[in-house]
Amino acid sequence: MDETFVSAHKKTDASGLVVRWIGYLFIGFFALCCLLPFLLVLGTSFTSESAIKLSGFNFWPKEFSLFAYKIVFENPDLIIGSYIVTIVMTIVGTAVGLLLVAMTGYALQRPDFMYRNKISFFIYFTTLFSGGLVPFYLLITQYLHLKDNYLAVLLPGLLSPFLIIMMKSFVRSIPHAITESAKIDGAGDFRIFLRLILPMTTPALATIGLFIALGYWNEWYNSMLFLSPDMKYRTLQLFLYNVITSADFVRNSAASSNVQLRDVPLESMKMATAVVATGPVILFYPFVQRYFIKGITVGAVKG
Amino acid sequence: MCFPAVAFFLIFSYMPMPGLYLAFIKYNYSDGIFGSAFAGLENFRFLVMTGDLWRLTFNTIAYNIAFILLGNMLQITVAVLLNEMRSKWFKKVSQTMMFLPYFVSAVLIGLIAYNILSYDYGILNSVLHSLGLDPVKAYSSPGAWPFIIVITYLWQSTGYGSIVYFAAIMGLDSEIVEASEIDGANAFQRIRYIVLPWLKPTFIILLLFSLGGILKGNFGLFFNLVGANNTALYASTDIIETYVFRSLMTNFNFSMGSAVSLYQSLFGFIVVLSANWLVKKVSPDNSLF
Repeated sequence: MDETFVSAHKKTDASGLVVRWIGYLFIGFFALCCLLPFLLVLGTSFTSESAIKLSGFNFWPKEFSLFAYKIVFENPDLIIGSYIVTIVMTIVGTAVGLLLVAMTGYALQRPDFMYRNKISFFIYFTTLFSGGLVPFYLLITQYLHLKDNYLAVLLPGLLSPFLIIMMKSFVRSIPHAITESAKIDGAGDFRIFLRLILPMTTPALATIGLFIALGYWNEWYNSMLFLSPDMKYRTLQLFLYNVITSADFVRNSAASSNVQLRDVPLESMKMATAVVATGPVILFYPFVQRYFIKGITVGAVKG
Repeated sequence: MCFPAVAFFLIFSYMPMPGLYLAFIKYNYSDGIFGSAFAGLENFRFLVMTGDLWRLTFNTIAYNIAFILLGNMLQITVAVLLNEMRSKWFKKVSQTMMFLPYFVSAVLIGLIAYNILSYDYGILNSVLHSLGLDPVKAYSSPGAWPFIIVITYLWQSTGYGSIVYFAAIMGLDSEIVEASEIDGANAFQRIRYIVLPWLKPTFIILLLFSLGGILKGNFGLFFNLVGANNTALYASTDIIETYVFRSLMTNFNFSMGSAVSLYQSLFGFIVVLSANWLVKKVSPDNSLF
């Protein structure tokens, strides 16, 4: 009896070991694949243009050079302007968006709110059916007159049905009795929301705030649609997009530094701009990642 | 407290809906929406005649099916394997690395693809060259793009998506696992008969959600990988959203763009309703509404 038990256990251990090794190899390989392309961009950004022309992009600079960064920063006006636009957009958008998402999420789960199902459906329906890009574009440009206006990028990113649903399921874990007892004590709805509900949903606010902030930091789509080249300062990712896709854009922005046009390091400048435009997100992300994981986990468990 | 949200969706989501009327007219910029000539179903007829509609539908759905099936398979595999690991350090580091692609913009993803695939400088051709093989012209071979796009999608979304499954595995009662071990189940059997069935409801919910978007493309991915006007690749990379974008920004054919959008919305709507109906029949607890 004892013997069979021991051998059965040994067998389990062996198969467990096999699975574990498969895991280490597979996950290790995949994780490396996720990381390496970023190192490729980083390495190339420090490579001299002549080395790129000779032997292509590489992880390790064959000829170390800071020339691309020098040009990017020699004429810092454009990139600093884009940084400021993106930072302001991210801060304002996240603050306002978060407040609106929280308010909506809280109101929509209050059992004593009569129209909650109707409004929930009103919001959810927009994920099922939409007017599409062309009418949206005409609305922003011809009816709201927001072309070349930062509001055209800021406003549409404030709310999304997904985040509202997420908030709703978070707030649901707070007993309604708290709202009721505060009401009996004479607190108004906004007071209850600000003083009682918001402090209790900090983890939810952190997660949803991160989602919104990441959206604004990486925003390029609405900027491309609505901020034309007539505007000097546009968002950071749009700036990067222009550097990547338009050699003319790069030559023009490098023109005021003392570089011959044919010497402009087109390829390494793309990479250097990418590093500068992505940098802060990469630096922050190991710290914020656990909030994301927490948020997604809670959302997943609650369904 | 809902008022701002109601106003928001009313303006940005509901107000464009009547604009779908564009699909039924021959839009003329100087006459505006309501001055342009009514064309009935002419725009749709044109889309069918040129074969555009068929190509767009096929590409969009085929890519989405690949994304959904392969995506979920890889996410489940990663979650299950992560769960088997003992080293906390390894788990943390690898998860951080796999999560990284989710954090960067679509624009950077496009640049990364260029880094690897560029004919003159790309690292893929450097590697092929050092192996004595012929270089590939990725940006002019349509056949390669289904692979490139699907691999990039998996690369970007797996770390993020596997968290949901990982969280679900965490909810598995450890007593069941222990009992199975006492009964002599090995690791493979444990995964096959306990962990995977346990993940089925999560998979069904995620499948339902993604079915709803089966006619919605991943515009950022396609646009930044392929480029705006790479006509050589349209056959295998043009999806509904890239077509609509082009009709707005390059061809200024607003009516055609709207016709495709309307088709997309209606078709998607029907798919969601039927998927939901189907799930309600099979397992009523998992349906969306």
